[in-house]
Amino acid sequence: MSNAPLELTPPNLQPQPGAPDNWRRFFSFSTDHKVIGIQYIVLAFIFFLFGGLLAMVMRGELITPDSDLVDRTVYNGLFTMHGTIMLFMWTFPMLNGLANYLVPLMIGARDMAFPRLNAAAFWLVPVFGVILIASFFVPGGPSQSGWWAYPPVSLQNPTGNLINGQSLWLLAVALSGISSIMGAVNIVTTIFRMRAPGMGWFKMPAFCWTVLSAQIIQLFGLPALTAGAVMLLLDLTVGTSFFEPSRGGDPVLYQHFFWFYSHPAVYVIILPIFGVFSEVFPVYARKPLFGYKVVAVSSLIITGLSGIVWVHHMFASGTPGWMRMLFMFSTMAISVPTGIKVFAWVATIWGGKLRLTTGMLFGLGGLSMFLFAGITGIMLASAPFDIHVNNTYFVVGHFHYVINGAVVMGFYAAIYHWFPKMTGRLYYEGLGKLHFALTFIGLNLNFLPMHPLGLQGMPRRVASYDPEFAFWNVLASLGAFLLGVSTLPFILNMISSWVRGEEAKDNPWRAIGLEWLVASPPPHENFEQIPVILSAPYGYGSDEPLTANDPTKELASELSES
Amino acid sequence: MNRRTILGLAGLAILDLLISLWVGQQAYSWMPPQASAESVLVDNLFSFMTTLGSFIFLGVIGTLLYAVLFQRAAKYDASDGPPIEGNLKLEVVWTAIPIVLVIWIGTVSYQTYDRMSILGPMESMAMGMPTAEAATVDSPEAEPAPINVYARQWAWEFHYPEQDIRSTELHLPVDQRARLLLSSEDVLHGFFVPAFRVKQDVVPGREIGFEFTPIREGRYRLRDSEYSGTYFAANQTNVVVESTEAYQQWLATAAAISPTPAQNVAYEEFNQEAQSTLDLGWKTVKPAPAPIVNYASSENDSHE
Repeated sequence: MSNAPLELTPPNLQPQPGAPDNWRRFFSFSTDHKVIGIQYIVLAFIFFLFGGLLAMVMRGELITPDSDLVDRTVYNGLFTMHGTIMLFMWTFPMLNGLANYLVPLMIGARDMAFPRLNAAAFWLVPVFGVILIASFFVPGGPSQSGWWAYPPVSLQNPTGNLINGQSLWLLAVALSGISSIMGAVNIVTTIFRMRAPGMGWFKMPAFCWTVLSAQIIQLFGLPALTAGAVMLLLDLTVGTSFFEPSRGGDPVLYQHFFWFYSHPAVYVIILPIFGVFSEVFPVYARKPLFGYKVVAVSSLIITGLSGIVWVHHMFASGTPGWMRMLFMFSTMAISVPTGIKVFAWVATIWGGKLRLTTGMLFGLGGLSMFLFAGITGIMLASAPFDIHVNNTYFVVGHFHYVINGAVVMGFYAAIYHWFPKMTGRLYYEGLGKLHFALTFIGLNLNFLPMHPLGLQGMPRRVASYDPEFAFWNVLASLGAFLLGVSTLPFILNMISSWVRGEEAKDNPWRAIGLEWLVASPPPHENFEQIPVILSAPYGYGSDEPLTANDPTKELASELSES
Repeated sequence: MNRRTILGLAGLAILDLLISLWVGQQAYSWMPPQASAESVLVDNLFSFMTTLGSFIFLGVIGTLLYAVLFQRAAKYDASDGPPIEGNLKLEVVWTAIPIVLVIWIGTVSYQTYDRMSILGPMESMAMGMPTAEAATVDSPEAEPAPINVYARQWAWEFHYPEQDIRSTELHLPVDQRARLLLSSEDVLHGFFVPAFRVKQDVVPGREIGFEFTPIREGRYRLRDSEYSGTYFAANQTNVVVESTEAYQQWLATAAAISPTPAQNVAYEEFNQEAQSTLDLGWKTVKPAPAPIVNYASSENDSHE
């Protein structure tokens, strides 16, 4: 590559990577998708730790039946902020980070379609993060209406101030929506327009299919949530009456706005993790992804169905019987494409040559936890049963098996799997396995007891409870503390490995995929020469070459020259 | 596949089925007492779903565990597994299985919901005043008027319109259809009696007709199930299911008592000193004063 053409381009026309090639670039307005990816992941993980700390205080309160550790208002603020932070500050940014880092590498692109938009979307995250955390310090404390912010409770505003926890919360959620839409536009465009030559839809890795499916949901769903949030903010601040029944509004209307997005949002979260499973299992089982095309297309089917199931959150709300029955059937239909994926992963693993690295262990753990969550999910779809357990700890147990069991475990699987690629270092397997064991035991001890509690009739969001629920709550609290401890070996592993771990080769797992053809960590703009794709992904056991050219060849020759 | 493999797989499937049937029977014991006709229906449905769910869970986890234990690569074996990319027959089968299961579970659920019919007869039109008017016009003379359930921040109050009795404890005669009219004065609440397996949000601005049939005498917990603000967790009381005679007796006794303020956890806690380790003095909505009722229940009353 010569420098001559670069001099002809006017400055600032092409985005520049910005800061120098050291740790400082992670604190700059870099437009490199890999820097932004790691920025997202690290910032989100810090918020994950903070949200987890709030959960541990909550479990401290719930280790005894009475409301004694924290005041009821504090407890209500804690569970509201725990849910909000875990969704808007942890899962969405974390998954955007994975998509940012991996998608351009996997489809053979040099960067995202809109690198500056990408950086702007990321830098909104600390902005609304600060607004959200700042709401702890305004008079009256943060929002205490739960992450659903159902009116009329969310409109009560006991302080009477214009700036209060609830209005800051709504502002942060609206900004988060804007950031997510910016990210979604970018990712969808990138996948549509920037695939390498020869990469038809059915030669694209399954992770990119799931990211595409998830980001399409963001595009059609977020406008409904944002509209609902703006109307609620108007009700709260200027006295409109969209949802306030005493002024003629309808609180159930808000629930429709909210769940029209917030149920599909669950698929925004879980779909990329399905993608991680589809990438990780073939590598460590040394087999192609079983039924790749069906697995790929079922992501899009989930996207389609996700838009017509939201009322299952409202089976016990002010909804008529026909609506409950209709949405019961549509919800159950989602188990078909999901079931196909689960069976395909099991068939991928079956008969392979398994290597239980930490990444594979977390993948397998995440799959088992998702299976359990899926089964309780079908039970919850059944309206007459849901009416009993709706808004009880059974639901809390179910969605923590999805979010902590499948999504967090899937996140760890992804981090361990791609850590050598991201950093050029190998992590310590021993610490990784300790991390896996603590996480697996901690999360089951924490969330399994929630199911009997819910069946027995303990409502969610309670700061105190009847003494007969004490036994399972003590177990759950111990599990929560263990889950908190389990992050320590992970943090230790990541930091020490990144600083002084053994250097990783370009492809330490002998994985097939474009990201494994480039150096670890990949150079700026990834590919010296854009690869030309010949075959479908996951060609384990067959000798077909993935690309017609070696995208690292010219770089290697250039390096040897200099 | 040879005969031995098929027999082996069939044996495992039967074992899985037997364990699942046993787990399905255990499911009944995970539930609170069966105190309403609806609870029997819901528990049967839950047991059915638990059986199916266990079968699938054990089948999949068993397969995964076998692979993890017995299909590991040897330490220096760098070769790949068999390059199987798919199997059309298998994929059709495992698409069909969830479809069949879902239709099966959906149908059983639909029948269960239909037999419960917990929403009042007017609920398809269901909005505030028109419903109340229609109810007075349409209901047959013999049926007693529904008991009014008032939810507020943070108390439950029950009004028996025919006797004009107010109570903070819900008394119901056993083996008779209980008819309630749910309304809220402030925010969303949820009427939830775990022993009855029924739940309905109480929506301000609406009156929602709700019904079920208690079948077992006893004292059960009634909890607020839709988050309603600061003292949400304390917003609970008891439901007393008793024989028709005892119920009539209670109505007569209660009617003779002159109204007094009932014990109310939220109101008392609000007015006393903070007791928690961490109280940041965040402002809260002021609880409504304790309801003034003929029959006042106590937080110390027992329940099952």
